[in-house]
Amino acid sequence: MMTNPTGRITQGQFSFLPELTDAEITLQIEYGLKRGYAWSVEYTDDPHPRNTYWEMFGMPMFDLKDAAGVLMELQNCRKTFPHHYIRLMAFDSTRGIESIAMSFIVNRPEKEPGFVLERQETRGRSMRYTIRSYAADRPEGERGNGKA
Amino acid sequence: MESGTESRGDAPTAITDSKKRYRAGVLKYRQMGYWEPDYQPKATDTVCLFRITPQDGVDPVEAAAAVAGESSTATWTVVWTDRLTACDSYRAKAFRVEPVPNNPGQYFAWVAYDICLFEEGSIANMTASLIGNVFSFKPLKAARLEDIQVPPAYVKTFKGPPTGLIVERERLDKFGRPLLGATTKPKLGLSARNYGRVIYEGLKGGLDFMKDDENINSQPFMHWRDRFLYVMDAVNKASAATGEVKGSYLNITAGTVEDMYERAEFAKELGSVIVMIDLVIGWSSIQSMSNWARRNDMILHLHRAGHGTYTRQKNHGVSFRVIAKWLRLAGVDHMHAGTAVGKLEGDPLTVQGYYNVCRDSFTKQDLTRGIFFDQDWCDLKKVMPVASGGIHAGQMHQLLDLFGDDVCLQFGGGTIGHPAGIQAGAVANRVALEAMVKARNEGVDIRTEGPEVLRKAARFCTPLQQALDTWGDISFNYTPTDSSDFLPTAAVAH
Repeated sequence: MMTNPTGRITQGQFSFLPELTDAEITLQIEYGLKRGYAWSVEYTDDPHPRNTYWEMFGMPMFDLKDAAGVLMELQNCRKTFPHHYIRLMAFDSTRGIESIAMSFIVNRPEKEPGFVLERQETRGRSMRYTIRSYAADRPEGERGNGKA
Repeated sequence: MESGTESRGDAPTAITDSKKRYRAGVLKYRQMGYWEPDYQPKATDTVCLFRITPQDGVDPVEAAAAVAGESSTATWTVVWTDRLTACDSYRAKAFRVEPVPNNPGQYFAWVAYDICLFEEGSIANMTASLIGNVFSFKPLKAARLEDIQVPPAYVKTFKGPPTGLIVERERLDKFGRPLLGATTKPKLGLSARNYGRVIYEGLKGGLDFMKDDENINSQPFMHWRDRFLYVMDAVNKASAATGEVKGSYLNITAGTVEDMYERAEFAKELGSVIVMIDLVIGWSSIQSMSNWARRNDMILHLHRAGHGTYTRQKNHGVSFRVIAKWLRLAGVDHMHAGTAVGKLEGDPLTVQGYYNVCRDSFTKQDLTRGIFFDQDWCDLKKVMPVASGGIHAGQMHQLLDLFGDDVCLQFGGGTIGHPAGIQAGAVANRVALEAMVKARNEGVDIRTEGPEVLRKAARFCTPLQQALDTWGDISFNYTPTDSSDFLPTAAVAH
């Protein structure tokens, strides 16, 4: 259990709100589609704040204009990786943006172990900081995130 | 007018006969070639719009020509050495003068400058001409640089923001919502250890950024190295507690640029993602620190300390929209650009104009927002505007509606002054923000239904309820001193 006020990882647009229902997720997907974004589903068992590249659950859905289709992909991902972190991301290919326009977590492990801050004393009072995911203590593929 | 044996007399436009033009003595500016009503600005010209208030009895066209003259080549008398140069191309040219609507005695004057007048990539050089001697010129009671159009050829001599708001979001892994920050208070007097406490509480509670205030440098109560050490411990600890990238703007402003480099290096060594400078360090220092930030993968935050001394009064000084354009060229990643609803000056439309200057790929003329000129930014990166000063969670719907997602909202007092503590203040702001973004995306009209969205969110979030109970009714409704004077008619269009 993490000790911040939400008790969980607070990445993404809506981590401080109650879990979004599938109906609420659909409204967000529709908002993105109306703005011309392409949705994609990503998952990970290591939510380190600088772990940029979560695994892609298939390619970004550039040609999918139907929110139900995106939600179905999300449900497939949840079925395959029920104990992983899963996020929905919307990509905006407008010139000068060409980046992610929306991103929010839609699946979490039952337990979120969080991170340890390791301090390495260096010169004088300077400190070198390392953030390590407890989830990454075990080898990749054997993490069974949050279950044990 | 220039006929026969007449002396130079009262010719209203440039004297073309060289013998007459260069005879020793004093001429009117418009006779010297600084007034060309038929002039069509070239694609490489910089065009400025000045608001001028001529002294009583001074003809507005002559005053406009004087502005062109004094901001380019002119001196008070004719000099023969002009003839050693291609002097006509170095003369700025006033080409249009119009009365300011509803402001008797004030005139808009459009002035064009050739590209060779300004050194490549130097705001200092450009400003030395455009807001140099001319602003002290006696025949004018007052002058204000209202807006500027910088030609693509000159824009491309600047590198612009070292990071830009798109890459900043990628580095921070924060998308689809405004960023959230707070300035550490009290702004003066905290020891470094106590200061770091405020940083930790705010970031762990849910803010993305904390911020040094503009006048926190290295005073007797808190040495800069001490501050940096404690702050970075707080930042990293909060990052581990939340799983998010966090930052705190370490103000590296100092007495000399060498000191600033030293502070910036230490911030980098400690792993900070962002450093901060104040506008008062000056244009060359800003450009130097921008280069440093670019070399060191650092986000550069700019606090616009001091701008109100010359941006606020409509009749004299420089509009902030011009300062914002210069800052984007000079290369900062964040700039304070007003709140409209907070404690500091700012008419909502005028403030939106500044935001557009920060964030547009191409800024279109928009007279109701005070934007006189189209401006092509030529793929220069975008600046993240910062709304800071007297704002609170109860205004979240107004802020999101006015400014959209690409803004950093900073609630200093509105976080730290929360009755249940700093973490609770941060939670209240983050919940209000996320609830409002979610509702807007769902199609809720937040302008009218925003307060209801906040009340609903407060039902599951006690800290937000406490914030609304404490500040819900606070507003700063004073008449802005700097609003647009333009009627959006074709008459003013350039």
